[in-house]
Amino acid sequence: MSRTDWEVVIGLEVHAQLNTASKIFSGASTAFGAEPNVQASAVDIALPGVLPVLNRGAVERAIRFGLAIGAHVADKSVFARKNYFYPDLPKGYQISQMDLPVVVGGAITIRVGEGEQAYEKTVRLTRAHLEEDAGKSLHEDFHGMTGIDLNRAGTPLLEIVSEPDMRSSAEAVAYARALHALVRWIDICDGNMQEGSFRCDANVSVRKKGATEFGTRREIKNLNSFRFLQQAIDYEVQWQIDTIEDGGRIQQATVLFDPDTGETRMMRSKEDAHDYRYFPDPDLLPLMISDEWKARVQAAMPELPGAMKARFMDAWGLSAYDATTLTASKEVADFYQATVSAAGAALAKPCANWVMGDLAARLNKAELDIGASPVSPAQLAGLVARIADNTISNAIAKKVFEALWNGEGTTADEVIDKQGLKQVTDTGAIEAMIDEVLAANQKSVDEFRAGKEKAFNALVGQVMKASKGKASPAQVNELLKKKLGA
Amino acid sequence: MINASLPELRRALDARQISSVELASLFLDRIDALNPELNAFITVDRDGALAAARAADERIAAGTAGALTGIPLAHKDVFCTEGVLTTCGSKMLSNFVSPYDAHVVSLLKAAGVVSLGKANMDEFAMGSSNESSYYGAVKNPWNTARVPGGSSGGSAAAVAARLAPIATGTDTGGSVRQPAAFCGITGIKPTYGLVSRYGMIAYASSLDQGGAFGASAEDCALLLSAMTGFDERDSTSLERPTEDYTAALAAPASAKPLEGLRIGLPREFFAEGMADDVRAAVEAALDHYRALGATTVEVSLPNAKLAIPAYYVIAPAECSSNLSRFDGVRYGHRAADYGDLADMYSKSRAEGFGAEVKRRILVGTYVLSHGYYDAYYLQAQRLRRLIAQDFQAALQQCDVIAGPTTPTTAWALGQMADDPVQMYLSDIYTIAVNLAGLPGLSHPVGFGTDGLPVGLQLIGDYFAEARLLNAAHRFQQVTDWHACRPAAA
Repeated sequence: MSRTDWEVVIGLEVHAQLNTASKIFSGASTAFGAEPNVQASAVDIALPGVLPVLNRGAVERAIRFGLAIGAHVADKSVFARKNYFYPDLPKGYQISQMDLPVVVGGAITIRVGEGEQAYEKTVRLTRAHLEEDAGKSLHEDFHGMTGIDLNRAGTPLLEIVSEPDMRSSAEAVAYARALHALVRWIDICDGNMQEGSFRCDANVSVRKKGATEFGTRREIKNLNSFRFLQQAIDYEVQWQIDTIEDGGRIQQATVLFDPDTGETRMMRSKEDAHDYRYFPDPDLLPLMISDEWKARVQAAMPELPGAMKARFMDAWGLSAYDATTLTASKEVADFYQATVSAAGAALAKPCANWVMGDLAARLNKAELDIGASPVSPAQLAGLVARIADNTISNAIAKKVFEALWNGEGTTADEVIDKQGLKQVTDTGAIEAMIDEVLAANQKSVDEFRAGKEKAFNALVGQVMKASKGKASPAQVNELLKKKLGA
Repeated sequence: MINASLPELRRALDARQISSVELASLFLDRIDALNPELNAFITVDRDGALAAARAADERIAAGTAGALTGIPLAHKDVFCTEGVLTTCGSKMLSNFVSPYDAHVVSLLKAAGVVSLGKANMDEFAMGSSNESSYYGAVKNPWNTARVPGGSSGGSAAAVAARLAPIATGTDTGGSVRQPAAFCGITGIKPTYGLVSRYGMIAYASSLDQGGAFGASAEDCALLLSAMTGFDERDSTSLERPTEDYTAALAAPASAKPLEGLRIGLPREFFAEGMADDVRAAVEAALDHYRALGATTVEVSLPNAKLAIPAYYVIAPAECSSNLSRFDGVRYGHRAADYGDLADMYSKSRAEGFGAEVKRRILVGTYVLSHGYYDAYYLQAQRLRRLIAQDFQAALQQCDVIAGPTTPTTAWALGQMADDPVQMYLSDIYTIAVNLAGLPGLSHPVGFGTDGLPVGLQLIGDYFAEARLLNAAHRFQQVTDWHACRPAAA
């Protein structure tokens, strides 16, 4: 039986760390990277007698997320205790939400694949709930003992649970990327995956095509990059198919992905699963969210990627592909919008080409985020404007761009002036250059006259070279044809 | 001075008849003399007390003293006290010096109260006899072969034996009112949410409430006024203005000061189960109340009998989770020898907790387990709502509810050691009040045939503390049960 007889079913649980200044139930700082245990208050280390107080900033972010995905934001939700013992869980329970989460339902539209094969799909969300993070156990450097760092204990998390709507690792990654972009877009999470601000668990099962029941799932824990997410799912899917085809059965389990081997391995089976003994936390009142609060959050909501994408297409005439690419992240969208606003809406399309083309490639090469681009939106807009008014050619524009990148001028105009890159449009000057080129390249002239079209291009190239690239290629073409009597 | 009321102590301090340092020394010396027998204190903080007393004397000299400045007090060892051992009656915290003050402790410190030390208690406030303390049983000052009640037994015994004029306590199922009754003093548990639980080591969070002990309702009113108030660090703390519970007490005495007060007598509290001598004392007290102008009316609390089973699901469920933090990792007792992590947990907890605490943790873990949660925990929450509704219905017909605080007087030390359920049943009259979150007060109304005190419980609607204290105060103005002192004192 081949791979194509199987259907893959994937649901994701994402833990997004909310970017509040202080923890979800204490006033301690959430900043990353401090010395161990210096950001752990009496509440975080669970001294006897301490009590949690809910951070309203965390709630506000959960509301923003719920509204952004068109979900139901619960008027009343309840914090529950998830009880288990672990040294980096100071209270012996995690405060989370169980029966009544703060966000219910909602959906995210994703774009999967590239080019002709690309398609859109809507992934439904089950819920999103608020909870606190645990601390960290450090198993190295302690001479056989375990070190405990409670700086992270109590950091606010939004656990975002999708329906099992994804059918390939590509869809799972597209969903995770879209979610990642969204939480940064609405500024509830910094999205830093290396620091663990955005962590994915993938529930994966396979079933025969056409089957109506889901297969038994295994949960891959703690995937902290999109690449690992893809690799882990691909490995897991193949493992499940092989196991079933070899006559085995899938046992419900939690597994870990090892990036070194590219394999998943069992962490615990369902039999070993904890009984978390959830019950409502008596230290916290039910979380009540008024319509007024929701309205305030809605009013402060930035334009969302979907709406922005539609606006780029309708108002500025961008293609669906361009509009999707330019709204893939808040930073790119902000940069693009700033560029267009400096260049004028009429130049929206060439601005798009530059942002997605040369700028993106250069940033990629330099491994820089667009927010750190050495070329500012205003500089790029100035460059696009000079191409549009024929001051420079596209080829020269690349030189100007590189000069701006290297800080060799503060504006495109300054670079063009300083380096004398202004396009030569004087017919006489170009004709003089053509005459010189024709005189020096009799062989090409003969070949052209013998019918070799390529020879014409070679001549154009020679003229452009003679002009140091400053002549307008179109003008050179026209004048050369005239001279050759073509 | 030992037997003086708080207003008398105030006058003496303000008139410089005695200094706060002298007063503290007086009580510290009594503790030295009597505590070896009574075991009411786990920790005596002589140095801290004298330092606080010196500071109080300066405030008095500067004319900035408040009602409680310079008054000595005992804190139940459930309250965290900065720099002072805070054990909660357990071996688990036998080495725990708190780095911070409970909200109640800091309020009272700010008021200039002089803390003499930490009062003995049932381990983690679980018990009705003070015998579950790791630091040994407290003896009832009226008869040292008897229990003082629990869990705030050390606080109650200390006030009764005049080792301290007042004391703090906590009440989860009767832990202020029952020991107050057994020791012949006055104790009040206010409405849930009035006293901040911040720094009060949790037993059952939805039921725990700080309370006050004193010889009289007036002393309790003074202490309670200084303990209550909104605390943003406790999410269940009620955001309402603080009240001066002594204000109503100041009205001049009259022949019928309780004219118009309707006292409800729950049929269920006066049925079988109450000892005859308790009944006699309670009935006599009710006659006094009627003489003061109050009327009595029979009311019904039909679900009150379900309070004990509901309580013994909810309280253990919460405690099983609340006590998970005592794992030997960050503070408290850790076993000396262990193998792996699980072994460290089980040995540390097995060694650190006593039998009653383990019993409740196990019960709580069981009732929260998958498959049992609905049948136990959710069902108990339903009963809790029914019980609260009963009280609301009864309080439509009356202003306060009265009855015995306990079915019997204090029993003998060791008498219930092998029968925890029998001990649980002794809290039949007090537990329902915690489930409903209502205020309750116990004051002495006489003695049983064994010479031990009998308490009357008054229960009010939410925030009726002033009404309860005023009723008891009017009673105490015309009776002297509250002024009786044990021979040991």
